[in-house]
Amino acid sequence: MRNILLFIRRYFTFICFLILQILCVILLSRSSKSHETIFSTTANEVTGKVNQQYSGVRQYFSLRETNRLLTEENARLRNELTNNYIDTASTQLVTTDSTLRDSLGRMRKYTFLPAHVIGNTITLQNNFLTIERGSAQGVQKGMAVTSPQGIVGVVVEAGPNISRIMSLLHRNSKVSAMLKKDAVTGSLEWDGADPSYLTLRNIPKSSVIKKGDTVLTSNYSANFPSRLMVGTVADILSESESNFFSLTIKTGVNFFNIQYVYLIENVRYKEQLSLEQTTPTRQ
Amino acid sequence: MNPIIKHSIRFVLFILLQVFVLNTIPPLHQFIVPYIYFLYILWLPLGISRIWLLLLAFIFGLTLDYFTGTIGLHAAPCVAIAFLRPFLLKLLLAQETAEAGYMEPGHKSMGWAPFITYAVLLTLLHHSYLVLIEWLQFGNFLYFMGKVAGTSAISLLLMLIAELLIPRREKQRAVK
Repeated sequence: MRNILLFIRRYFTFICFLILQILCVILLSRSSKSHETIFSTTANEVTGKVNQQYSGVRQYFSLRETNRLLTEENARLRNELTNNYIDTASTQLVTTDSTLRDSLGRMRKYTFLPAHVIGNTITLQNNFLTIERGSAQGVQKGMAVTSPQGIVGVVVEAGPNISRIMSLLHRNSKVSAMLKKDAVTGSLEWDGADPSYLTLRNIPKSSVIKKGDTVLTSNYSANFPSRLMVGTVADILSESESNFFSLTIKTGVNFFNIQYVYLIENVRYKEQLSLEQTTPTRQ
Repeated sequence: MNPIIKHSIRFVLFILLQVFVLNTIPPLHQFIVPYIYFLYILWLPLGISRIWLLLLAFIFGLTLDYFTGTIGLHAAPCVAIAFLRPFLLKLLLAQETAEAGYMEPGHKSMGWAPFITYAVLLTLLHHSYLVLIEWLQFGNFLYFMGKVAGTSAISLLLMLIAELLIPRREKQRAVK
């Protein structure tokens, strides 16, 4: 017994070192798997507050650019207003609202929620954004995030007022995307090199691609609505050992100065996920 | 100034510098990421107890991790360099200097050659560990070697500038 105590006393620093290292590895493995770590909600609220203060100052320097983007978007949306169109018959009254059912009897599938970005990294290999919206405002894990210029990422952690988004610039990020012209679908990833370029893999060599082709989100994604802007093809790499192209995609959104984003909720997200996760039974 | 207050202010400043300045600079290349935050651990006083050193390094690394969202990624290398720091200092310093409690490692207290050896070795160790963790998740050997070399070079440059730019008064030396 005495020897054990002596041993512990002698190697106390080394034991401390080992304990802290093991703690680090546990935290690291847990955070990369599920993004649910010890104290993370509380800590996110604290770091979120600091980010908020800083972003309040930084915002002023990009007001001009933000205004331009918002005006452009407003103009685009105004063009889609119902009172820009006239009905052939004047007996019907068309109203626009955000209820579950529109005038044609279609069910609403996606709802949009604006949010202000208060933290953003681009230099690391695993980048996250922090936004000033949380579960109190209806944010849920798995919601898709887009900006007026292109998609941004997916919500991975929702605190009461602050949430964290896994940016497209994250080594584990995978989004299903397709080419606009022939709807060939591939998987959108990031190789960690340049924050302005993503990689679209698994495009079969049978499809004809040109530089500048538009890439949109595909129909297969559970959280992203289909046909949202992703970017344009910047380079075509032909891998000689496989039957697939690997495309370099210039992102639609500029990650360097992202200010406002929209969170997209798919009302049927959970239904789709639970159905896709069950193994099909043989009939 | 009271050393506890001084090092607390330094703690906050290094975190803010890393998160809001260095991490927002558009990267030159995938391999060149400016890191300087761990200079805080290198600058802690010589006389600090080893347990405190480990705990401080852990808390410091974890604070940065909560800002970047990668919990444990920076804490692990910080704890590693904090553990090896006393051994290295014992090798590099003459006996009487090592006993001066409130002195901090720096070119004034240690001399240029030992300080640079100390900084280079700990920087290389820190970045090798940090990139090794990333390498285990993705990447290849070229990524590992390239990023350790690129990141260490830019870190050492920044640390040299900080060392020359920020005058740290050495009270102990003035008394002697």
